Amino acid sequence: MSNLLKGVPASPGIAIAKAYRLEQDESVPQRKAVEDSAAEKQRLKEAVEAAKADIDRIREQTLERLGPKKAEIFEAHLFLLDDPDLIDAAMDQIDSEGVNAEYALYEVASGIMEALRSMDNEMLRERAADVKDITGRVISKLEGREHSALYELSEETIVIAKDLTPSDTAQLNLEFVRGFVTEIGSLTSHSAIMARSLELAAIVGTGTEASEIRTGDTVILDATLGEVIVNPSADQLEEYSVRMREYEEYKIRMRSYLERSSVTTDGVHVELASNIGGIDDLEKVLANGADAIGLFRTEFLYMGRSTFPSEEEQFTVYKHVLEKMNGKRVVIRTLDIGGDKELSYLQLPKEMNPFLGLRAIRLCLDREDLFRTQLRALLRASAHGKLAIMFPMIAVLSELREAKRILEEERVRLAQEEIAVSDTLEVGIMIEIPAAALAADVLAKEVDFFSIGTNDLIQYTMAADRMNESVSYLYQPHHPSILRLVQLVIQAAERHGKWVGMCGEMAGDSAAIPLLLGLGLHEFSMSSSSVLPARELVTRLSKDEWSGLAEQALGMSSQQEVLDFVNQQLRSEA
Amino acid sequence: MVTETFTVIHPQGFHARPSKLFVEKAITFPCKVTLFKGEKKANGKSTLGLLTLGIAAGDEIRLETDGEQEEMALKELGQMMTKIYEE
Repeated sequence: MSNLLKGVPASPGIAIAKAYRLEQDESVPQRKAVEDSAAEKQRLKEAVEAAKADIDRIREQTLERLGPKKAEIFEAHLFLLDDPDLIDAAMDQIDSEGVNAEYALYEVASGIMEALRSMDNEMLRERAADVKDITGRVISKLEGREHSALYELSEETIVIAKDLTPSDTAQLNLEFVRGFVTEIGSLTSHSAIMARSLELAAIVGTGTEASEIRTGDTVILDATLGEVIVNPSADQLEEYSVRMREYEEYKIRMRSYLERSSVTTDGVHVELASNIGGIDDLEKVLANGADAIGLFRTEFLYMGRSTFPSEEEQFTVYKHVLEKMNGKRVVIRTLDIGGDKELSYLQLPKEMNPFLGLRAIRLCLDREDLFRTQLRALLRASAHGKLAIMFPMIAVLSELREAKRILEEERVRLAQEEIAVSDTLEVGIMIEIPAAALAADVLAKEVDFFSIGTNDLIQYTMAADRMNESVSYLYQPHHPSILRLVQLVIQAAERHGKWVGMCGEMAGDSAAIPLLLGLGLHEFSMSSSSVLPARELVTRLSKDEWSGLAEQALGMSSQQEVLDFVNQQLRSEA
Repeated sequence: MVTETFTVIHPQGFHARPSKLFVEKAITFPCKVTLFKGEKKANGKSTLGLLTLGIAAGDEIRLETDGEQEEMALKELGQMMTKIYEE
């Protein structure tokens, strides 16, 4: 066998230690006929009580080690042991079929696990692991066995298992366990989630190959990439020892930027913000210390359903995000649908060129009813935080005026209904069409801010579909022509005292950030995981110096020339 | 027997935590509580029953309560289907 295994990196980190193989009992309880079903039910009842006592002990340990949030899973386990579809159903089976408790419970649990595993939702499939964990424990009690021996580990170890149940993971002795590898599982498994909060390196879903790792094998776990090396060579050991140390240093360095301000060496404050596509992403925004949310895509509210979301539903979601951000700015983009993003319940004619068709604000102005619903929800939510509303795909001034007219009508209507709306609400537009960039001085008078959407701006400027591989070489964020457009937009906004942000992938790119800073960009909105590295970079740049360097880059003849120039400057400063 | 249809908006759907809170509420009512999603149905007093319905955000769920306090149960449990939970 090859000594390299690949899996899903579930919790980042690098570890080197001896393997400990967790043997898991996969045997099926034997079916036995019982005469006295009342006694059998009593036996099950006692085993359930004993299992509950165990789980309660693990819950208390977890509460102490990881806090109430992580202990909740064991409250849920205790609750499941009271579920009528589980224990009561097993009791019924003992009565109706005259079988032993182990078999009855196994049968009932298997049916439930099968139903859960057939779900098309990963989170639900993972719940089968909870059922397995608790019924396995009850069956162990019935058979008079110990459930798990993980807490007995007493030397530096990487745990190898088919799967780790939540109770297995919670009992890992962090003094000795350096990481774990499981054959099954995914990013949303409890074991993966717990590994992340324990900051324990973990790789899941390697497939059956990991079953060949034996207790005592030396294992390198690179959970930054998702690689496991079994019995490495001396060279590999040396290489990874260095990488492990570097990674630890990097982690500590990044963490030190969590509480830092995003300010340059010459004292210029910028905003490093997160892009989000739903409420699920909020946790990462907060964990990475973002200064704001620079782009909240609202499409998820509309997708995967059969009717439009109501005003009330949208209001609940927007309010939730604003409250969670606790006074930090949240830029919410109105519906950007149409073209290639379809909604089954919105009957739109097929178009020859969806990217150049009826989409985003064009669609919203055409379907005023759905636009008004979203605007009302946004206006109502504005009272609960620092909201900025952003219209996508504005090409000409008349579209902006029309969108603002409708917004104003809804604002007046809400005032008449005596519903609170924030009076510091900001209204801005995305700059993603070259026509809007070129007329930025005209548009700037009538907005509070611009946010440059580089993904679309680049493809419209280069006239190249970024999904089309044969022309993807034209997707060049650092090309001087793109940088010139960005400069044009920022200068126009500055003349009117408005701020400019950017919410494309370019905003988080370490080779673009210095130039954008130099051009005067105020807000950089990126995926949450890029925020801390971006802050580390910004805090060692001088805006004044980079405005001169950016000016030089604008005069260059190719993207490559710009990239070489930026990288050389960054190296000489380091 | 009373019944009403609700749209679930909690972004992660009705999984571990919302289901648990729902069942904790449901068992405080003496009436029978049943949930329907398309052809499938589940006991509203069983978390496992709720989970196996696989309720996702945007799903339309018919809630049926039958027996003592059915009106109040329908109202209060209906509200629980249409809110956002802290995960």
